[in-house]
Amino acid sequence: MGSYIIRRVLQMIPVFLGATFLIFVMVYALPGDPIAAMFGDKAADPAQVASLRHKYYLDQPLWKQYLHYMNNLFHLDFGTSFTGRSVADIMADAFPVTIRLALVAFFFEIVVGLPLGVLSGLKRGTIWDTLVLIITLLVISIPVFVLGYIAQTVFATDLGWVTPTVQDSEDITQLILPGAVLAALSLAYVARLTRTSIGENLRADYIRTATAKGLPRRTIVTRHLLRNSLIPVVTFLGTDLGALMGGAIVTEGIFNIKGVGNILYRAIGQKEGPTVVGIVTVLVVVYLVASLLVDLLYAVLDPRIRYA
Amino acid sequence: MPAATRVRRAVIAATSVALVATGCGSSGGGGSSSGSSDTGKTFSYQSSEPQNPLQPANANEVGGGRILQNLFKGLADYDPSNATLRMQVADSIDTSDSQTFNVTMKSGWTFHDGTPVKAANFVNAWNWAATTANNQINSSWFSDIEGYQDVHPAGGAPATKTTMSGLTVVDDTHFTIKLSSKVSYFPYKLGYIAFSPLPDAFFNDPAGYGQKPVGDGPYQFVSWDHNSQVVTKTYPGYMGVDKPKNGGVVFKMYTTAEAAYADLQSDNLDVMDQVPPSALSSYKSDLGNRAIDEPQGSIQNIGFTLYQPEWQGANTAKVRQGLSMAIDRDTITKTVLQGSRAPASSWVAQGVEGYKAGTCGDFCNFDPAKAKQLIAEGGGVPGGRLTITYNADGGHKEWVDAVCNSIRQNTGVDCAGDPKTDFKTARAAITGHQISGAFRTGWQQDYPLNANFLSDVYRTGAAANDFGYSSPQFDQLAAQADAAPTIQDSATGYQQAEAVLPQDMPAIPLWYYRTNSGYSNNVQNVTFDSFGNPAWTQVEVKG
Repeated sequence: MGSYIIRRVLQMIPVFLGATFLIFVMVYALPGDPIAAMFGDKAADPAQVASLRHKYYLDQPLWKQYLHYMNNLFHLDFGTSFTGRSVADIMADAFPVTIRLALVAFFFEIVVGLPLGVLSGLKRGTIWDTLVLIITLLVISIPVFVLGYIAQTVFATDLGWVTPTVQDSEDITQLILPGAVLAALSLAYVARLTRTSIGENLRADYIRTATAKGLPRRTIVTRHLLRNSLIPVVTFLGTDLGALMGGAIVTEGIFNIKGVGNILYRAIGQKEGPTVVGIVTVLVVVYLVASLLVDLLYAVLDPRIRYA
Repeated sequence: MPAATRVRRAVIAATSVALVATGCGSSGGGGSSSGSSDTGKTFSYQSSEPQNPLQPANANEVGGGRILQNLFKGLADYDPSNATLRMQVADSIDTSDSQTFNVTMKSGWTFHDGTPVKAANFVNAWNWAATTANNQINSSWFSDIEGYQDVHPAGGAPATKTTMSGLTVVDDTHFTIKLSSKVSYFPYKLGYIAFSPLPDAFFNDPAGYGQKPVGDGPYQFVSWDHNSQVVTKTYPGYMGVDKPKNGGVVFKMYTTAEAAYADLQSDNLDVMDQVPPSALSSYKSDLGNRAIDEPQGSIQNIGFTLYQPEWQGANTAKVRQGLSMAIDRDTITKTVLQGSRAPASSWVAQGVEGYKAGTCGDFCNFDPAKAKQLIAEGGGVPGGRLTITYNADGGHKEWVDAVCNSIRQNTGVDCAGDPKTDFKTARAAITGHQISGAFRTGWQQDYPLNANFLSDVYRTGAAANDFGYSSPQFDQLAAQADAAPTIQDSATGYQQAEAVLPQDMPAIPLWYYRTNSGYSNNVQNVTFDSFGNPAWTQVEVKG
């Protein structure tokens, strides 16, 4: 087990290096000149442009820029954005916000999505099953921005229960509405995955055996059925955590949350290399760690899986 | 320029499809029933995270520009009610030859740290900002001043000096500005934020100062919570003519106009920038007498690639005139743009000093028959097809398509839009001369004077002359106007220069922008100036 974890962590190093390099090259390949764009519609003063290019190390060839960046990174310097702020500061501001939002959404997925899936899986073919299927189909088919604006209009503008946008992202209660909107899509997938998985396992031999042994139904469901049915769901939830963190751009925009998604979007628009590479690198690490945790969870859920 | 990026962010971005009923002139904060107001209370304004440190010469986008405008006050500014030059720190700016300006300052002005505003604070600030190595985006604003080449050599050579010879401090309240050539309207430029004074403490730590600025304006800096808000409060020692009627401005950062509009409707935001395109058709009924619809000093044009041989010569001017006459401006501004623009009849925006309606003459009137005839006389559009390059991230697609339809239906000329991914890509293509035919171009005033719309755009080699337009006649008239004895004479002189443009048609004027905005129930007396900014100090917060 220990050596397995060490091996996995070591494997992250080449992935990390490769990811930073690829992202760096991609930002470099974006069209347009970020320095000239600072001057807007007016033609940029060439002397000033040259001086600014030099300041941001953009007057060097790509490989030198990359080495320079990696060298700084090993000294824990993530670089500086065009606003003059260090990228480390920017990330320290944005990640807590995004993590809070992602956790609220994650909470909804588990607390609402799982029971819905279990309910409809156990009661296949009943009105409950149909109801869950219809609701999840509806949620899956509505784009998140439509859902977001509807929620904003209904709960904030019309009912006045909450403010239309998040005024203070440290207040978890303000994150409930955006968190629910963000969770909606994945929640529907979680419910459907759980339903299918439970449906399949219900017909498995070990369930029949457990039933024949005369175990109470409650024990069968929680101890045997659920545990085995959760493996695909946990896989989905693990990767979804990464998606919730980087992919919340639309939700963050609607509710004016200053998270990672929006900063990343703005930085790509401005071709701000250090910010993009810094944030994406952290997101890559989050993904890697999440998938490692998922793999380890497999062993907990299914005793047949062992890591050596 | 604020123009630049401003056009990009506020206008270009929010642009496009949009808004209100035209022709109702400006009627800003009409019916504000004047209730009691509390001069100690702050109000919030929709903003965006500044793209650069908060240094006066380093902001050419609205996010930073609007904040700096409130923290600093220069020698002069522009009266929000009529866009004319108004003295602030300066008591007078005199010249006898339009080249050397004698500045006399009022006494008693102080920075927010309590130190007095002296002549040296202006001179040192300008010298610092003009120096290439200090990397100020707006360094070229100082290029009129004698000695600029020493601190800012062309081609990026190292500076030979740190001061410009044209700036001389006489005593604490007097200094002189000598320009390298005559520019009679130079005082108008002095209202721009880049010409603000800087306190002595700035020069010890310019970078740190950019995060925590100390100015001499109506509001003083309190805090900058990055990506969230910038808080300011009224500076009690402010000596300007526009004493704040409120306790300060809180700049709340929004990533989308939709979110800001939702907050405005529920009174969580007090004043906003531009309503989102999606709300243009409804915001007047949503907000009632709290809706704002006022003219802005910006114009939208279609420019031509005159540097290409096939677009040169008098015949192609006829083609451009014909194309201009084939565009049905009235219908497009009313339908596609939902009345958010007013049809243009000259190259200078409405409300600007020196603006003269109808300079474009018949060439800006819709007349399909004449249009066809002119295009035919000119030998048709080069290549038989017109493409209009624009940035796809600014919401321009709708009107570019409408303009093309108008041209195609009325003249039979094949016309198509050529979208570039985003603003910087389109700019790179335009300034790199990698396009062919026509392109979208816009100009927002840096200062409300017609020279800004003409000299900076249509003069040979001008910074924003992306057309490669060169007219000896225009250049000569502009030079004469620069040398005129007074600002009024200069404005008249530039009107004569503008009269040259119809015959060459380097760019087709389309329409003028308008400010479509609104305010919450918490505030009153909200009016907007021609820059699209509210008259900050005049906003009253209800008690």
